[in-house]
Amino acid sequence: MKGNIAVCEGAIDAGCDAYFGYPITPQNEIPAYMSRRMVELGRVFIQAESELAAINMVFGAAVCGKRAMTSSSSPGISLKQEGISYLAGAELPCVIVNVQRGGPGLGNISGSQADYFQATKGGGHGDYRLIVLAPYSVKEMYDLTFLAFDLADKYRIPVMILTDGIVGQMMEPITINSELRINNSELKKDWKLDGCKGRGPRLMRSLIMEEGGLEKHNWHLKEKYDEIKKNEIRYETDFTDDAEIAVAAFGIAARICKSAVKKLRQEGFKVGLIRPITLWPFPEKVISDVAAKSKKILVAEMNMGQMVEDVKLAVNGKCPVEFLGAPGGAVFSEDEIIAKIKKL
Amino acid sequence: MKKVFSKPESLQDKNNSYCPGCGHGIIHRIIAEVIDELGVREKTIGIAPVGCAVFAYYYWNFDVTEAAHGRPPAVATGIKRCLPDRVVFTYQGDGDLAAIGTAEIIHAANRGENITTIFVNNANYGMTGGQMAPTTILGQKTTTTPNGRDAKRDGYPLKVCELLSSLDGVCYIERVSVSTPKNVLKAKRAIKKAFENQLNNRGFSLVEVLSQCPTDWQMTPVESVKWVDEVLAKTFPLGVYKECMKK
Repeated sequence: MKGNIAVCEGAIDAGCDAYFGYPITPQNEIPAYMSRRMVELGRVFIQAESELAAINMVFGAAVCGKRAMTSSSSPGISLKQEGISYLAGAELPCVIVNVQRGGPGLGNISGSQADYFQATKGGGHGDYRLIVLAPYSVKEMYDLTFLAFDLADKYRIPVMILTDGIVGQMMEPITINSELRINNSELKKDWKLDGCKGRGPRLMRSLIMEEGGLEKHNWHLKEKYDEIKKNEIRYETDFTDDAEIAVAAFGIAARICKSAVKKLRQEGFKVGLIRPITLWPFPEKVISDVAAKSKKILVAEMNMGQMVEDVKLAVNGKCPVEFLGAPGGAVFSEDEIIAKIKKL
Repeated sequence: MKKVFSKPESLQDKNNSYCPGCGHGIIHRIIAEVIDELGVREKTIGIAPVGCAVFAYYYWNFDVTEAAHGRPPAVATGIKRCLPDRVVFTYQGDGDLAAIGTAEIIHAANRGENITTIFVNNANYGMTGGQMAPTTILGQKTTTTPNGRDAKRDGYPLKVCELLSSLDGVCYIERVSVSTPKNVLKAKRAIKKAFENQLNNRGFSLVEVLSQCPTDWQMTPVESVKWVDEVLAKTFPLGVYKECMKK
């Protein structure tokens, strides 16, 4: 199965009621596949007139308590930021998939990891967070998309799948995890708008003009974000117990680093890997713990250096942090990683 | 004693924040009366715009969501496709519908979304203090056309009914005003039809309402309703622009 298709299947199995998309490479398989599957299943599919319309259709579906998703690639995700900010402000659950490509501007259509800042630091206007999940395999494209819907409903928050053109286009066999269960779709959603039959009218808004009202709302969001930080940090570590050099990487970069680390281990180098799966909330503690017992941490990203800033904050001077980057849709090879680590 | 007049159930018992002489209050009430008469209050979901009427949700007594500036037709699409048996309508001003949200309204209309749009045209951006709107008429003074709208510099007023009535997905388009009691009654008939079309699954309906904005026009309420009739309606003629009763 192709990575992009695994996203679709994960969404469908998670009970996605409505999908709204717009064509852009390298995510085109998602709207194409959904246009067939969602309609077959009697669910909602619309090819929107723009990325803005697509994210606002998601807003509409989410307002009435439905599980909704949109997908795009980097320039398209920039266009969606207005809607994402409104969704975050109104605390509406939804899933947004970014199959990243090279930027800035129109950039190119190669896989890239250049939207880390945009995804994890806000992206749109105002003070808010998204849960950001970074799959590194086709299987995780399925699993994390499935999980994204549950997290979105549980915390009333937009969740972003931050993947890239390589994982999106990659084909691998996957076994569907039969233990995955939809958890939160039956939440009462006593905020949804579906007509005021038998109850008072409801209101969904992100405009809060009352004296002190927005401040209070934002502190409420902060409490929710703290709760997410407490409960939802996900990461994977390989050989970090005795690692002298630890590599930190996410998504496709981690996939490449993982095999480099394995090879180096076979050669007797004490190397390990930390792979954040949630980019927000960021796994600070494990990075801090590994930094305390390592000589160096190498951050490898397919950009000019973005996650490295969060790693440095987590390491907080406990050990030096080095960086290996590949911007503009470039990819580093396993050999380049190995050479870089050997030089450290 | 027989009760002959009362506040519609679809309106909450609240004072509104509109300026004296503003048309929004009348249009809110018309919508509330129509929703009551059609008996659909409990299955109605309204979409409030950005601008003066954003607080419409404090005045209507049914479910209402906000949308970003210009995006109500996309939000309405998302709601209506997910809940096709609910009554979904957008309430939009001229900046919202005819400037920043031009793409959204054209495509929702062209898809034939089975929704109702109430388009309030007061020829300026009211909430932000009276700037030029896409529907500001030639020569009209606003805070961003201090010497009057000049076609060479600012382009021409955008005629939404004329534009949308060419689209195949559109069922019904009418332009009305709320400048006189007679026009208010006509406006109510049009708005009722626009909601009935939705209940009969006829596709997209839009009623453009020429509305007075005395504060930003710097007129008295009486002058402003006269200006609607004598000036604004010359650029934006009242009437039915499209009506097809296809099933």
